[in-house]
Amino acid sequence: MSGPVKAKHQRLVLVLIALAALIGAGLLAAWSLRSQASFFYLPAEMAANPPQPDRAVRLGGMVEAGSLKTDADGVTIRFVVGDGKSRVPVMFKGIVPDLFKEGSGVVAEGKRAADGTFLADNLLAKHDEKYVPREMKDMTAAQARQTVEKTK
Amino acid sequence: MVTGKCSAGFWPALGACRDGALLSKQAQIFPNDGSMHGLANPARFLRLARVLTGPFLIAGIALTLASLAWGLLGAPAERLQGESVRILFVHVPTAWLGMGGWSAIAIASLTELVWRHPLAGIAARAVALPGACFALLCLITGSLWGRPAWGTWWVWDGRLTSMLVLFFLYCAYLALADAANRDGESGSRLPAIFGLVGAVNIPIIHYSVLWWNSLHQPPSISMGKSEMAPAFLYGLLASTVGFSLIFGAVVLMRMRAILADAQAEARLRRRAMESADV
Repeated sequence: MSGPVKAKHQRLVLVLIALAALIGAGLLAAWSLRSQASFFYLPAEMAANPPQPDRAVRLGGMVEAGSLKTDADGVTIRFVVGDGKSRVPVMFKGIVPDLFKEGSGVVAEGKRAADGTFLADNLLAKHDEKYVPREMKDMTAAQARQTVEKTK
Repeated sequence: MVTGKCSAGFWPALGACRDGALLSKQAQIFPNDGSMHGLANPARFLRLARVLTGPFLIAGIALTLASLAWGLLGAPAERLQGESVRILFVHVPTAWLGMGGWSAIAIASLTELVWRHPLAGIAARAVALPGACFALLCLITGSLWGRPAWGTWWVWDGRLTSMLVLFFLYCAYLALADAANRDGESGSRLPAIFGLVGAVNIPIIHYSVLWWNSLHQPPSISMGKSEMAPAFLYGLLASTVGFSLIFGAVVLMRMRAILADAQAEARLRRRAMESADV
């Protein structure tokens, strides 16, 4: 009786050790990838480590409220991307995605000009993890809860 | 014609006739001691599986259709995304089940490697195909959603890339398990090891949006906290249960098919040997 049980325990310990090593290796790999695997630079990262002017990079952050301006030609827009620590002015010519709005997230693909302006040739909208019905968007959380209670 | 006592019925005869030798041999190694090995007897498992498959499938399809109807017609438009938010009710359950499928493969693989449970390898093989389908569905619906929401069909950010890797892992697992099955019982350990190694990708998928900057947003639901309005949340939970039931029904059906295949093979082999004896 003790024979097979022992073998079973031995296999369990071996597999658990192998799993621990595996997870450790995975975590190490993820840790070493922490900067390379990021999809974009935050404004603060771009300010600390400005990329070469001719290198294609992505810049991600929030479109600052009130910063969005359209040039006289009607298709060139300028806005500021911020992350609370740093701000980067962005210029883009073209059609913006539907979800591109002031106060919302954006990922701009392009190059950083020598004067610090980011010249974007593509914009991607990045939305947050909140899912709110249209009717409730201007309500505070407490108001929304009240509405939900009423309509129950 | 097969021998009389075996032709009475395919499944009930499993335990009684010699065809079942391959399967009931396992049942003798793991007698029913009230632990999980009670299900190690394939005849017992098959009885349970046959009872559960139908209800799982019917309840799953009904719940899925109802929650998708709610998603299409009842749920409100989202403040930013508008109508395109409705794909949520397909995208998120398929993503969860794609990841859940591999978690099941990993648990089955552990059971197979450590306890040599006779149904573990079969369960892992049965999960792989629906898991791959759900992972692919997640990628397709995500792509369809990404175009209106983000302005792109695809980007190589952490979440999307790790999910694509999961789909490739499923494809590799299916090929490996198929090849191992042809090698016979001794080959079932290789897919089990691969199933455990591949499980490393599951936490990477989950944390990809937390560790790295990504275009995909962080999780809306975590540890009892939800950033989702109830109108979206409850519909999503219902469709997740519905898709899970369908997933479970498919897994049960596939396990039954794999066991039937093994039995048919054993029968053919025995008859070939018998005719050689004559």
